[in-house]
Amino acid sequence: MSSSSITLEEAAVPARTETLLSHHFDDVEQQSNASILGMWFFLATEVMFFSGLITAYTIYRALSPEAFRLGSLHMHVWLGFFNTLVLLTSSLTMALAVRSSQLGRRDRTVWYMVATAVLGAGFLGVKAIEYSMEIEHNLFPGVNFQVPAEDAAALAEISATPEELQQNLGHFQIMFVLYFFITGVHAFHMIIGIVIVLIMAALMKRNWFSGNGTTQIEAMGLYWHFVDIVWVFLYPLLYLIDLSGGH
Amino acid sequence: MANTETHIISVKTYLMVFVALIALLVATVVAAMLPLGALHLPVAMTIAVIKAAMILLIFMHVYYSPALTKIVSVAALLWAALLLTITVADYFSRGWLDILGK
Repeated sequence: MSSSSITLEEAAVPARTETLLSHHFDDVEQQSNASILGMWFFLATEVMFFSGLITAYTIYRALSPEAFRLGSLHMHVWLGFFNTLVLLTSSLTMALAVRSSQLGRRDRTVWYMVATAVLGAGFLGVKAIEYSMEIEHNLFPGVNFQVPAEDAAALAEISATPEELQQNLGHFQIMFVLYFFITGVHAFHMIIGIVIVLIMAALMKRNWFSGNGTTQIEAMGLYWHFVDIVWVFLYPLLYLIDLSGGH
Repeated sequence: MANTETHIISVKTYLMVFVALIALLVATVVAAMLPLGALHLPVAMTIAVIKAAMILLIFMHVYYSPALTKIVSVAALLWAALLLTITVADYFSRGWLDILGK
């Protein structure tokens, strides 16, 4: 960049490309590795958190596979497809934000982060539309929950005893308990992610970080990608159990 | 650059991974629509694991990370596998022995 093109704002805030080194680290590389490792330990606890829910899903689906298949047919496959696309794109923009910060391109980093947050908000908007449609069709678990007549009939057909039918009908609702709870917790992670991305983008814009914020942006990116990976598993488990209709 | 140790992945690589992720997303929807019967779950999970591995290795830089980071990222999956297998084994082996009050 030639000196004539430097704006007043940039001139007032010199770029902090040198990374500040805390005294308890040997060097900048060790300091960065420690931060990234810390984030990975946090993500390990997050894996445990979500795998508890996935385990509950596994047990109930194994007990009542047909109830889960019928429940899955009420999900909006193409909205889910679109949302997966949005989330994968947000992971790309986040990866490019990390790359830009590695190259010391502060403005680009900020814009990639803003794009990531916008895509994340888009995901939540589509999710809200899905939820509202499901609630409207009495598929939200609780006092207003109703097993659709055709599903109740199909479950009656495969159940040998009245007790088995009651269990299948109960597990049909459990499918929606798990759906709303797991996607709800996932959406909560997204909300936290969006807030953090926007705060970090503002700090980046203000040149808050030393070393172009590479380590900080990368640690934040790990969280974002993790939330994306969770969705990569949720989409087939909840929306795509079996759409072939060959039963 | 201040940190010469950082491995910078090219934009092309990121884009290729992104395109592969989209292709696998389409593949998983198509697979769900095919009459695969009992194979639906294994096929869907295989595709999901491949997608997760690509995000993990390239987007999350695990491929270029120190050994300690690699171990921690894989250890998380080990705990998840333990949780899943032991719980499932418990639930589905309960009727095997005729024990009172099981």
